[in-house]
Order: sequence, then C-alpha cells, then structure tokens
Amino acid sequence: MSRTPEPSTSVPRPLKLAEQALSRLGVSGRALIIFAPAVWLTIFFLVPLAVVFGISLSTKQFGRPPYSNLLTFGEAGTVQLTLHLSNFVKLFSDSLYVNAYINSIKIAAIATLIALALGYPMAYFIARASDRWRNVLLMLVILPFWTSFLLRVYALTGFMRGNGVINNFLGLFGIEPLIMMQTDFAVYVGIVYTYLPFMILPLYTNLVKLDGTLLEASADLGARPLRTFLAITLPLSVPGIIAGTMLVFIPAIGEFVIPSLLGGPGTLMIGRVLWDEFFSNTNWPRAAAVAIAMLIVVVVPIMLMQRAQSATVER
Amino acid sequence: MRKGPFLPTAAILGFAFLYAPIISLVIFSFNENRLVTVWSGFSVKWYGELLADPQILGAAGLSLQIAFASASLALVLGTLMAIALVRFRRFRGRTMLAGMISAPLVMPDVITGLSLLLLFVAMESLIGWPAGRGTMTIIIAHTTFCMAYVFVVVQSRLVDMDISLEEAAMDLGATPFRVFVDITLPIIAPALISGWLLGFTLSLDDLVISSFVSGPGSSTLPMVIFSKIKLGVSPDVNALASIIIGVVALGVGIATLLQLRGQKNPVGASASEIM
Amino acid sequence: MSKQPLIAADTRPWRDPAAKPFVRINNVTKKFADVAAVSDVSLEIYQGELFCLLGGSGSGKSTLLRMLAGFETPTAGTIEIDGQDMTAVPPYSRPVNMMFQSYALFPHMNVEQNIAYGLKRENIASTEVGQRVNELLALVKLAEYGKRKPHQLSGGQRQRVALARALAKRPKLLLLDEPLGALDKKLREETQFELVKIQETLGVTFIVVTHDQEEAMSLATRIGVMNQGEIAQIGEPTDIYEFPNSRFVANFIGSANMFEGVVTEDESDHIMIDSPEAGCAIYVDHGVDCAPAQRLWWAIRPEKILLTRDRPDGVANITRGLVDDIGYLGDTSVYQVVLDSGKKVRVTKANTMRGDLEAIKWDERVYLSWAGNAGSVLTA
Repeated sequence: MSRTPEPSTSVPRPLKLAEQALSRLGVSGRALIIFAPAVWLTIFFLVPLAVVFGISLSTKQFGRPPYSNLLTFGEAGTVQLTLHLSNFVKLFSDSLYVNAYINSIKIAAIATLIALALGYPMAYFIARASDRWRNVLLMLVILPFWTSFLLRVYALTGFMRGNGVINNFLGLFGIEPLIMMQTDFAVYVGIVYTYLPFMILPLYTNLVKLDGTLLEASADLGARPLRTFLAITLPLSVPGIIAGTMLVFIPAIGEFVIPSLLGGPGTLMIGRVLWDEFFSNTNWPRAAAVAIAMLIVVVVPIMLMQRAQSATVER
Repeated sequence: MRKGPFLPTAAILGFAFLYAPIISLVIFSFNENRLVTVWSGFSVKWYGELLADPQILGAAGLSLQIAFASASLALVLGTLMAIALVRFRRFRGRTMLAGMISAPLVMPDVITGLSLLLLFVAMESLIGWPAGRGTMTIIIAHTTFCMAYVFVVVQSRLVDMDISLEEAAMDLGATPFRVFVDITLPIIAPALISGWLLGFTLSLDDLVISSFVSGPGSSTLPMVIFSKIKLGVSPDVNALASIIIGVVALGVGIATLLQLRGQKNPVGASASEIM
Repeated sequence: MSKQPLIAADTRPWRDPAAKPFVRINNVTKKFADVAAVSDVSLEIYQGELFCLLGGSGSGKSTLLRMLAGFETPTAGTIEIDGQDMTAVPPYSRPVNMMFQSYALFPHMNVEQNIAYGLKRENIASTEVGQRVNELLALVKLAEYGKRKPHQLSGGQRQRVALARALAKRPKLLLLDEPLGALDKKLREETQFELVKIQETLGVTFIVVTHDQEEAMSLATRIGVMNQGEIAQIGEPTDIYEFPNSRFVANFIGSANMFEGVVTEDESDHIMIDSPEAGCAIYVDHGVDCAPAQRLWWAIRPEKILLTRDRPDGVANITRGLVDDIGYLGDTSVYQVVLDSGKKVRVTKANTMRGDLEAIKWDERVYLSWAGNAGSVLTA
C-alpha cells in the first residue's frame, strides 16, 4: 500500500455515507456493534439450549415432530403443562446411560493424560528449539490441525486394521496380527492422535514464554536439570497444562466420530449413545435428556475455560 | 542449557505418530489394489474414479459453498463481537456475552447439533421458518460455532494492538468510523484473514453438526465420506484425503514460508491464538 | 543575528497578572472507579509556553494530559482552551494534537502518509498536503525518508516523524507524552535542544509530560510538579529547584539534606532554627511565615555546603563532621559526611583541579559551612 497523499474528497461515496449515517446515530453506533452478534448468539446458542431442556421433559410420540407438546390447549381455553421426568429417571435407572457416562469420562481422562505425557515433551522440545527449527516444527504440529478431522481418523483405520500397515509390518517378523480395531485401545489412540495438536499448542505458547534465565538461575543455585524442571518449569507451565487438558478433555467426552469408527460395539461413549437415540431410535426427548446430562458433566471444565478466556480479554 | 537425549527422542516419536498414518494413507492412494493396504502397483485410477463420482463432486461443491458463506458471516459477527468485548469496557450483559461467545469452542458437537436441530424444528412449527432443513440451516449452525473461532483470533489481535494508534488517528481529526476503516481494519487484517480461513476449514470439516441440521439432498462432503467409510474400504476416499491433505499442506507451508520471511503468518498465528 | 520573535520564555506572561491564560484547567478531578487519578487540579498555561508536567508514575500527569486531548472526560471541573470550554468536545474536533509516548505511528502507512493523515481529515487539497508534508519533513530533517515505513526507521527518526505528524495540523496546543522517554541518553540531550528550537520557531504552546527532572529543567518555561494526583508546586525551573515549597518537591527535584528543627528566634529579617541533627543553630537571613516555636524543616542542596579542613571565618553557619565516603563522578565528587549527631549529610564539590593532592580524604574531620540564604525553610 504505497498510496501518495490524496484529498479525502476522493473517499468512496458509500464510505462517506456510512460514516454520516453512523455519526448521526452517535452513541448508538456502539449499540449496533454489540447488537448483531448478541442477538445471533442468543437465538442460535442460548435459546437452543433452553429448547433442548424443554424437549427433554417431553416424551416420544409418532408424528412430526416426534415428541409431545409440553403445552396442550383444552376446550374451555385452559392450558395444560405436561412435564415428563421419565427421560431423566431412565438415565439413572438404565445402566446403559450410567455406564456410558462413566466410560466417556474414563476414556476422555485417560486419553487426555496420555496426550499430556506425549505432548508435553514435544511442546518443550519445540519451545527450546532454535528459531529456524521452531517454525518448522510448529508448522508440523499445526498442519494436522488444519487437515480434516474425519480423514485423520480414517487414516488411523488404515493403519490399525487387521491387514493394516502395522500388522503388515509385524508380519515381516512373523508376528501374529494384533487386533486393534474396534477396541477401547483404538479409541484411546484415536483421541490422542486427533487431539494431540490441541494439547501441544497451548503448552508450547506457555513454555516458549518461559524466561530462560530462570532455568539458568536455578542451575546456578545448584539444581540439577530434573530438579529445575520440577521446581521451575512445571509449576510455571500449569496454565498451559490446564488449557491443553481442557481442550482435549471436554470435546473428547462428547466425541462421536472416534468411537463410532474405531471403537467396537462395546465401546460405550455418551456422544454415540446420543447419536443413536436420535438417529436410530428417533427418540428426540431421550436424546435431549442425554444432552442435558452431558452438559452438566462438561459445564465445570467449560467454566474453567471461560475464566481463562475472559482473563485474556480483560488483559 | 544442556540437552539430554530424552526430549529429541520423545519429539521424534511424537511426530512419527502424528504423521505415519497420514503418509501411509497418501502412499496407498496410489495403490492399484482395491485392498487399501496391500501394495500391488502404482496407479492413479482412484483419482480418476473420484473425479467421475457425481455424488462426491456434488457434496464437495455444496460443502465449499456452505464453508464460504459460514466463514464470511462468522467473520462479520465474530469481529463485531471482538470489538465490542475488547473496546467497550463496560456495558450491560458484557459478562454474559463473553461467556456465550467462548462456549461453542468447547461445546461437544453432538450437543450443538442436537440443540440447533431442535430449535429449527420448534421454530418451524411456531413461525414456519426455516421451512425444512438444508443448506440454510447448516450455514446458520456453522456460522454459530465459526464465529467463536473468529472472535478468539480477532480478539487477541485487538488486545495486542496498541490502543494509542486509534487515539492518535482520532487526535488527528478522524471520527470513530474513519479510525476503524483507516487504522483498525488494516492492522487487524491478518487476523481477519486467518479467522476466515479457520472458519472455512472448520465448516468444511464438520460432520456431526451437519448431520443433525441437514435435510434431504443437502449431504455435505464429510457426510458422504463418513457413510462411505462406514460401508468399508473405499480407495477413492484415500485419493480424496490425499488431495485435501496436499492442498492444506501447501497452504500451511506457504504461510510458514511467509512467516520465515518476516511476515505475519495468519495460519500459524491463528492456531496458536486459539489455544 | 536576526531578530528573535517574542517568546513566552522571554516575556514570562505568568508574571503578569493581566495576561490571559491560553489553557485554563479549573478544579479538574478524574476518578477511575473510586480512585482519584487527578484530584482538584487548577492550572493556567499561557500562549507560547513550554510547560512541563513532572511527576513519578501514578502522579496523574498522564491522565491530565489525556483529559486535555479528550481521551478521558473529567469527573469534575472544566478545561478551557483558547477561551472555549472543551468538556463536551470529542478528541477529533479539538484544536489540540498529541505526540504519544509510543509514538503511535501507523505501521501500515509510510512516513509521508503518517504526516499527511491529519491534513487529509481536513479536506485540504492534495497539492497543499504534499507541500506541507515536505515542509514538515524538512523541519524534522527527514526529507529523504518520506517513503519509508515506520519499522524501517531508527528510534530517533520515529520520534521526529511523530513530532512532525503532531505538528502537521498547526495545532494551537501540542501535548507531548514523554517525548524523549524512548531515546538513549546521548540522543535525548541532543533532541531536547531540537525540541525547544522547534517550539520557539513555531511559537506553539507545548505541554510536556515527563518523569525525568533533568529533562523538565532544561526544556520548560515552567514546571508543574505533580504528586498523587495533585499539583505540588508550579514555577520556573529555578524556583522549583532553589525555592521548593515542600519536602516532597525538595526531595523529588535534585537531592536535598533535610534537617528537622524548632524556631527559636522569629524576627522579620531573620530566624534561628534549633536543630540537634545539624549540630548547630541554623541562621536563616530572611523572615519566615511561621509560628514561634514551630517545628519545621530546613533543606539545603549538596552543592550549597562548603567543605573545609580549617574553620572558615565570617560564615553564618558552621558545623563539624567526619568524611565517611567519597564518590568520584569525574566533574564532581560526592562526599558523605557524618555529623557529630550521627546525621549523614551529602556534599558535592566541583573538581576544578586535576590530580588535586590537597583534596579532602576519607576519615578526615571537616568543617561544613553555608550562607544564611543557602537553604529553604519548609513548613510542609
């Protein structure tokens, strides 16, 4: 942009008009900016959650839509509100749901820990690499992040299936093929594989800011590298650890694609249960109840994330 | 600091883990054999088959349209939101809005998809809009979660931006609107580009939400791929995946090169800003 | 030599009760939440002045400047510029321009575009804009750099672009926020004189915010010392240094030896202060507005005390001490002398002779003496 100074009379007309229109609005220009996204989020984020809650108190019926109305209008202008708690009762009484919740949390937690154990040294290595290498390595982490999630899961199936790459490789040494697909193991691998960049990037952003002189000071005061790591690096990287684990843990709980493509029929995860309730059983109210219960499970970690988020906005 | 062998080993293993499946997938997309993992000779026939498949091409076209529309809409809304939350320190509902905008970032897809579908169904029976589900409802759904990503990227750029630049322009006689057009917009442009690209990519990639809110005849590319994978081996999906990976690698590679040449890298910057 | 225009530094309008101030700050208070950043400040600044607001961080000097520019609105009080109430005028309509501490050069515009930005907001014909930009580039000696982007300039060059941009609209009042703060020491001293020269040539009124007292002393026609949101003292640099009105100002500007004492003799032409710390009764050769037997403070600058081996004659005040430490600074030496009371006193002595063998050394018993008008009596 190397324009030479020009008189403002040559400003495009629409710009001028918009400017006049906005300045005539005065303070309300500000309200306009807030208004559009606020209305959008209210209608398409907040209200839907309320609708889900409402429908979770309804029951399945045949027809369109496939659920009963909460409000029914009687003969003499009476309005009747019918709330069904049966869906929520079912969530607790049917071991399918309880097991699915417990299993989801377990799988998500274990996969998150594995991702942390694998991602931390990688993030640390990238953060300590020379400037030139750092950019290349960072690109290598970000690249999968921009590649299709679904296709990466698909790539794993080609890798782990009975006659897949791993088993072909093992076959060269005469090792019997391993059964990896359709197991919980495959789900762990899938979650770690697809969410690893989400773990590495926040850890990296944290670790790269770590003041190198702190490590030198620690070494100077007589701490061995391991001691320095435990006493200095690890405590200072806690915010990165929290961000990374939350970014892996929360979406992993509700994961549908991974258990559905990599897991076996016994791999119960709540996202998959919800999907099946909705698509296979067409039980919308039950699916809604499952969603509300899932929301309760993830709401605490989400709040944690938001606190971190708003802290950066306030900065 | 002295470096032990542990970190490099862990990093090499980690990167191998990240890349081995992708690389093998690309290699086997050139495999002649229908059995995706048994090599029998070099061939590009799956690419030919892919390009002759009207279902895949149609879905790809639809997905690109939806991604373009959602990313553009999300760019406007997310940017407005970022300006509101960063520049206006105090207004009613600010905390609430700040909470709402970041929630979609971590909300499980199944919940987002289900809740929007239930909303659309309820709205249709109440006010008759939207009539049925299809491209429009997918765009609305994608815009809603993409704007959260745009917001994060633009917001972090706005926070980093020296506020005195805007004050200086105002001091030199520019009205708030002119300040935005002349100063703010050019300076946050890299964030706008990366926010849009991020939205575009995420929309293109979404399977779960689209599955809930799509209607008959509006199957997106991920939906078609998913059903193909569910049915079993499909070498043309390998070909498709290779093309997508190639395009993304090229884009990210160019962006990184630009960054190495001292320019601001929209792709890499955005990803690390989201975190 | 050509005839100099009449400038405020020579005419000193603040000494003329009939002179009309150009900027009038009336009882201005600014609160952020419940904290007052500026409290009840009143200040009058005259046409053509180079007025320095001097204070530490958090003293409210920058907030005051930002209120003049229009970026903050006063919680109470009014600001008038050239007889016009500015309270409701937005920043983009004020006849005021500001040079920012960070310079705030637009990174996506080159030097010319930066300087032209304000002019283009005024619908000035492009030929005239170009001409003005060239004049300004010449004024700040950057004629060759018009096409460069800010990041291609050195710190000193950026500072000059920022100055040129702020001057482009020929503002009646220029606000400068730490204009030399980002420059290194050598460059700062050169630029100080440049700045004064430009100010005197253009006759624009400057208000400069700084935390650097040397900068304020060498730039300003008058200085307003700020402390905790209030104006502690307003005056010409010599007034502030030689006649501080409070212990805060005496300590903040330069260094001072402070003695606490009680008035024992209160005459119209002199007073005596009994200060056990000083080791002698302090004779002050002028009357002071104080109560008899009032407890007060007496401050003296280190260079106003004479250090000798032998007892000097005919001096009003003499006390004794032991040289505890000597700091050699090249041009001067700083002596730390412990008086018999245990009080440590700082004395500076110009090194007028090379390799002075007679110089006073460590652990010598010395006489400290000063004239009756050498110190300041402070009641606050």
